[in-house]
Amino acid sequence: MTAETRKPILEAKGLVKTFGRVVGLDVSDLALYPGEVLAVVGDNGAGKSTLIKCLSGAEVADEGEIELDGEIVSFKRPQDSRAVGIETVYQTLAVAPALDIASNLYLGRELRRSGLLGSVFRMLDNKTMKQHAKEQIAALGIGTIQNIGQAVETLSGGQRQAVAVARAAAFGSKVMILDEPTAALGVRESNQVLKLIVKLRERGMPVILISHNMPQVFEVADRIHIQRLGKRAAVVTPLTHTMVEVVGIMTGALKIDESGQTLHSVR
Amino acid sequence: MTQTEPAVHDAAEFMDRRTFPARMQSLLHRYPWISPALVLLIAVFTLSFFNQYFATPNNLSLIAQQVAVVGSIAVGQTIIILTAGIDLSCGAIAVFASMVMAKTAFENHVPGWIAFILGLVVGTAAGGFNGYLITKVKLPPFIVTLGTFNIFTALTLLYATGRTVRDTEVDPFLLKLGSIFSIGTFHITVGVLVMLLMYAAVAFVLRYTAWGRHVYATGGDIEAARLAGIQVNRVLMSVYMVAGFIFAITAWVLIGRVNAASPNSGIDLNLDSITAVVIGGTSLFGGRGTVVGSLLGALIVGVFRNGLTLAGLDVYYQTLAVGLLIIFAVSVDQWIRRSKS
Ligand SMILES: Nc1ncnc2c1ncn2[C@@H]1O[C@H](COP(=O)(O)OP(=O)(O)OP(=O)(O)O)[C@@H](O)[C@H]1O
Ligand SMILES: [Mg+2]
Repeated sequence: MTAETRKPILEAKGLVKTFGRVVGLDVSDLALYPGEVLAVVGDNGAGKSTLIKCLSGAEVADEGEIELDGEIVSFKRPQDSRAVGIETVYQTLAVAPALDIASNLYLGRELRRSGLLGSVFRMLDNKTMKQHAKEQIAALGIGTIQNIGQAVETLSGGQRQAVAVARAAAFGSKVMILDEPTAALGVRESNQVLKLIVKLRERGMPVILISHNMPQVFEVADRIHIQRLGKRAAVVTPLTHTMVEVVGIMTGALKIDESGQTLHSVR
Repeated sequence: MTQTEPAVHDAAEFMDRRTFPARMQSLLHRYPWISPALVLLIAVFTLSFFNQYFATPNNLSLIAQQVAVVGSIAVGQTIIILTAGIDLSCGAIAVFASMVMAKTAFENHVPGWIAFILGLVVGTAAGGFNGYLITKVKLPPFIVTLGTFNIFTALTLLYATGRTVRDTEVDPFLLKLGSIFSIGTFHITVGVLVMLLMYAAVAFVLRYTAWGRHVYATGGDIEAARLAGIQVNRVLMSVYMVAGFIFAITAWVLIGRVNAASPNSGIDLNLDSITAVVIGGTSLFGGRGTVVGSLLGALIVGVFRNGLTLAGLDVYYQTLAVGLLIIFAVSVDQWIRRSKS
């Protein structure tokens, strides 16, 4: 299973993204292979979120290209990537505060009723959406959510995060991108999300997981993409490198050479 | 997964132990029209106590007729405020559309219904112009509509050349909404009926269609809505155009109400519609509220003005009361919001 012999399912080459004078991405690459969990780590402001936003169409890169299954794609808005089966949980969660959980799960892809009520009066099929939403939340094992009709703004931070993850899990068919999905979660809920990630991998779904939690990363990741100063600094695996080494590369204390084998201290 | 059960149970018990204000708060949060409904009930009850004529069918019919124009325009204002926007030009659009309707029919001898459609087109286009400046030029709604308020007012005066189209000159089709019909001892204008129909239609669309949901999502958090795959600019554009259309229908109600089309009418509509929406419990921060609330808000203002007049109070006290109501409504909104963040 050497990465080089397989073709990436999702690949970014030379992405550049600037915000006025701030450089978010400075010629950054990323490769995600079929069936793997790729962790993306890096300091605050290293460009992790910007990178995955470019992959999902939430931001449009100034330069560089993105390939899905070997074909160049250009995502202009989030719904473009969703349309081809890429689901993203953003760091900001992107839930509509005043709407209930079921409405949030189906936001932007609501189901309409069959017959004239749906086609002429455009009425929503709330019953089915509620039913499915309930099942999705239950499948995640987030038991503290009592009422699927509850407005999302009345939920705790962790519960909101669960809703965002449930939404992605419900619709993702090709790639899942999770930007710090466990940041606000308790131990039990974090474990549920990790279990979900493992389950997704068992189903053959490739996952990009951004996380600051090293033990978590080492637990579930197949490979670790280390982002530093808007660039991909290195890609390592939990088997070949230790947490200390990964943190060293993240902070620039350690440099990795071309072969990815030997590390030497910068200082 | 035996852990799940007690967790739900604990949480449920915790819910039941909430204090009364906390429960009130979440109730109002869920149904923001409750507080205006209560205010309206109390107002009607109190005012009928002070004056025997107040609660008569004749007087209540009169209030309904007085409220029809503001009530109609508030429908459009509500959907705009739900997107965290505001429209200071709504009254100017309505008056502009009313002049187009009345003048093309009177001076250019266009059939009444065609003149009406022309007015609808002008109103929708005016709303679209606001929407364009907000979504494409990316200016804040407040500034845009402050500007277009002046533009539309000036265009109206230029077009009308300062002249009112009087009752005998207005096409009969355009006067239709002023005609009165009776339900029992109540005498209601067709305009009131049209207003109620608009409320029903917009309430339905907001509640039962994807578009309605997208309006709330866009108003609640525009970036989140965008990331969730909603075309927020398209939603905003459609909202301002639909509102413009509603303001043009209001023009029809307005002509029926004043029995003429005057370029100087409806000056107060711009702010009065915002008053109705805010008193009706819709949040100026967007994302929360109902059109039904705005109807209640318009009725509250109508009831206060009418009832306080009957009680022999000076008009300044009415204005004072409306001002206090606005402050009260916004305070309630803030109180609801605070707990939820
Ligand atoms: N919308 C924006 N406007 C301006 N600057 C931005 C914007 N988004 C990101 N940046 C900048 O781009 C850089 C990378 O930000 P990014 O959010 O990708 O970091 P990150 O690696 O996700 O950090 P964190 O771990 O804190 O989430 C930062 O310097 C940030 O200030
Ligand atoms: Mg980030």
